[in-house]
Amino acid sequence: MNQTFQNIISKSSNVETQRVWELLNTVTDPEIPVLSIIDLGIVRDIKIENETLEVIITPTYSGCPAMDLIGMNIRKKLIENNFEKISIIHRLSPAWTTDWMTDEGKEKLKSYGIAPPVSKTFDSNYLKNLPVQCPKCASINTRLISQFSSTSCKALYQCEDCREPFDYFKCH
Amino acid sequence: MHSEPTNTYKNYLVGYALHLADSSLIMGHRLSEWTGHGPMLEQDIAITNIALDLIGQARNFYQYSAEIINSENSQKKITEDDLAYLRDSFEYKNLLIAELPNGDWARTIGKIFFFSTMQFYVYQKLIQSSDQQFSAIAEKSFKEVTYHVKWSSDWVIRLGDGTEESRNRMETATNCLWPYTGEMFIPSEFELNDKNKITVNPAGIKDDWLAKVKSVLAEASLCLPVDAWMHSGGKNGNHTEHLGYILAEMQFMQRTYPGLEW
Repeated sequence: MNQTFQNIISKSSNVETQRVWELLNTVTDPEIPVLSIIDLGIVRDIKIENETLEVIITPTYSGCPAMDLIGMNIRKKLIENNFEKISIIHRLSPAWTTDWMTDEGKEKLKSYGIAPPVSKTFDSNYLKNLPVQCPKCASINTRLISQFSSTSCKALYQCEDCREPFDYFKCH
Repeated sequence: MHSEPTNTYKNYLVGYALHLADSSLIMGHRLSEWTGHGPMLEQDIAITNIALDLIGQARNFYQYSAEIINSENSQKKITEDDLAYLRDSFEYKNLLIAELPNGDWARTIGKIFFFSTMQFYVYQKLIQSSDQQFSAIAEKSFKEVTYHVKWSSDWVIRLGDGTEESRNRMETATNCLWPYTGEMFIPSEFELNDKNKITVNPAGIKDDWLAKVKSVLAEASLCLPVDAWMHSGGKNGNHTEHLGYILAEMQFMQRTYPGLEW
């Protein structure tokens, strides 16, 4: 099922939590600042229980160094908007997957020059190196240079037509 | 430095979590030694990303260990940092292969290939663990380790099926590392005692591991190393001469400035 921001916030139970979803949509990924943490599917749930605001997040990659900073930025954003009792919960399971990335997120990645994940979830297809479209010239005549690029979540490709290298956000 | 939980059930949970954490941490730490020294920029980045994944997995297991230990101990609460930086080599439970020197590129590739293939099959089974947290960490780690296996297999093949020089180096690597692979399948007490289906007995994955190794080596046109005497002892805190040096470097700051934080 394709994720959109509207689908996500329509599931929230009340105006208060809807407001928090919208606020958190302004917290960006420190490494890819065009993406919000909602676009990435990092925020799993928002609840208000016993006057405490609970934000449940899930880490993308085990070693992702941005997660600590994202946690801090969430807290900062909420404090700036007058929330006092805040609990940020890290939930490991179900494991984060690129399936949770919103459609808006994928479009933003492309405009930023990073090719978005090409297939759904983690099945063995990803190992067959499915064709990846060049975010610059749209050609699919591209080749994989390395499974690991500037960050754990990205691979490095090169376009054989326009010759530009580009990052690819891996299916995970 | 910390007291093991008195409850034996929790003791073996902690033992298992620490074993998994230590192996990942020491392997990750060794790989990080390649930072800035990789043969090509893209490969330098690849290997440091793999190191980062492993250190992240280690963190998850250390955090869980700390949680279990703290649930028994009402006084001093410990953290993942205490476990990683304040235990000495005889308390570390990592596999010996992780602490071996990186050597040349082929040697490191061999280490990653053997180690990550083992992790692949262990984590695949650990996802079924009746312990929720082990299952969650395994689910997360399994995806990442799959990429490590793919990347290292491709390199084994590239080097083995390459030039005479690359072939010799890859063959030397697999032969030198082979005596350290047996340990992976010898269960320690915390992997054996499992009526509750929490931990994974590594003896059960040996056949799968061997099949994968054989197929990759065959494609690399390399011979399967001859079986010989296997080193062991890491899971019980009996390590090679290398671990002491690794910890001395890794733990230096925390031990010199206790309680140091960024």
